Amino acid sequence: MHLLEGEKVTKYFGGLAAVSEVDFYVDEGEILGLIGPNGAGKTTLFNLISAALEPKPGVIKFRDEQINGLRPYKICRLGIARTFQTVKIFGNLPVIENVRVGSLFGPLKGLSTAEATKVALELLEFVGLSKVAYTPARDMTLVNQKRLEVARALATKPTLLLLDELMAGLNQTELLDTMELVKQIQKKGITIIMIEHVMKAIMGICDRIIVLHHGKKIADGTPEEVANSKKVIEVYLGEASDAGS
Amino acid sequence: MNFSSINWKRAAMQPGIPVLLLILVALAPLYGSGYIVTLFTYFILYMVLSVSWTIFSGSTGYISLASAAFYGVGIYAAAMFGERMPFIFVILIGGIASFILAFIVGAITLRLRGIYFAMFTFGLVVLMKEVIHYWEITIEGTRGHFVIYQSNETIFYYLLGIFIVTMIVAYIIRKSRYGLALASIGENEEAAGHTGINVTMVKVITFAISAVFMGAAGAVMATKFTYIDPGVAFNPMMSFSPALMAIFGGMGSIYGPVVGAVFFSYLQEWLMTGSLKNYYMLIFGAILVLTIIYLPSGITGLIQNLWRRIRGARSAPTRG
Repeated sequence: MHLLEGEKVTKYFGGLAAVSEVDFYVDEGEILGLIGPNGAGKTTLFNLISAALEPKPGVIKFRDEQINGLRPYKICRLGIARTFQTVKIFGNLPVIENVRVGSLFGPLKGLSTAEATKVALELLEFVGLSKVAYTPARDMTLVNQKRLEVARALATKPTLLLLDELMAGLNQTELLDTMELVKQIQKKGITIIMIEHVMKAIMGICDRIIVLHHGKKIADGTPEEVANSKKVIEVYLGEASDAGS
Repeated sequence: MNFSSINWKRAAMQPGIPVLLLILVALAPLYGSGYIVTLFTYFILYMVLSVSWTIFSGSTGYISLASAAFYGVGIYAAAMFGERMPFIFVILIGGIASFILAFIVGAITLRLRGIYFAMFTFGLVVLMKEVIHYWEITIEGTRGHFVIYQSNETIFYYLLGIFIVTMIVAYIIRKSRYGLALASIGENEEAAGHTGINVTMVKVITFAISAVFMGAAGAVMATKFTYIDPGVAFNPMMSFSPALMAIFGGMGSIYGPVVGAVFFSYLQEWLMTGSLKNYYMLIFGAILVLTIIYLPSGITGLIQNLWRRIRGARSAPTRG
């Protein structure tokens, strides 16, 4: 049994198939990378999994139970959390309150307020934001806002975490730190699907990669298989000399 | 901002001055003239409306212009049931009827955002007015209703009671985990949904709760008018005023809407009885424009900022 499985998942925007008959799965404990050119349908696929959108047609199953058609908060409580490509933090609330929203409302069984605060502080420590716990979230740098989104998502006690371009716009040091953070999350026993353009990160930490192009899946395999696939090089990676830069 | 941890000891000590003011106001019928009691009645009415408006709109950012509809439903509840039941039940019916109306309207419209929600809620006021007008003319063959009379003191004390309940409910919501959910919806609704908050439910219930107090206040005020018709009951100004008062007073603190309500109802009284009568709406509008441009967090926000500056940076606002 796969943890998450999609069968012929499709989504049209008007006449355009943003995601077209994509079959995918992720197994427990894996880090699955989702790559492809801009407009390939990666974020749309995330939106379909997290129920911001509904696939038509297509089926998405979580632990063998159909989850498409549910509302976003239900998906979250089932154990699928996400971050956003353009950060969507609660800017005017202090950092710690952002995370407490997650721990108070995200888990299937709600925590007491004291427990929620404790969990929030631990997670801020985990992502390295303890020092700014009481700063309004909007005052932080982009890197820290992205880390805050990760902490908020983790606070909902997910089994599956969807990371949408967590590494975009980071400098070299931040990139390495963030890659380390993702590995740490995997060590907690959380399965991860990540959308990323930074090849170094993708090739470095993913167990498996799916490549989308014009809404269709064009490759699915280990980083080596994908990096050597003719089709992938043609539409996305470019010549071998460019890949991995 | 420290959600979901009500420090009751602090909560009891903190509002020392407001409680003193409240007692002073409550004793008004003992020392004040009839005019003072009536003036205070209007203060309290607007305080109830703007505080309950803020419960929903202040935190979620959905601007509701339906206040007059809920207030009017309360007024009509008093007209229909006032003669048959004790006053307190009439008030309850007013509140419950408004709750039900708000729940239904909320469930239908709270997927609309921004200006569309404001327009629809305002449309509700007009719709209620026209439908009841039509009903009265064609089915009942009347126009308007008489409402059983209550003394000025009775009206005053019932309204004061509603105000106190409103404040307590607003405080508890603001400080509870529910308040945190509302605030996060106001900050980013999509993220709130993906973080496990049942966004629709929270919005609809809060909208309905805020309507209860408006309906209850309407049921009380109806007895002051003695005769009501749809034009009186569903007066659009009762939609605009609470919003303006709350924005002027500032929605960051629970006292903001109260300050705004007192300021504007006194201003209204002063201008309407003086030689500036014709300029009332003009001045009203100018103050609002200036507030939005120069005091986005309202009068109470300004005072809080000044207070922080005086006390220095030691207690930074982020720790509040």
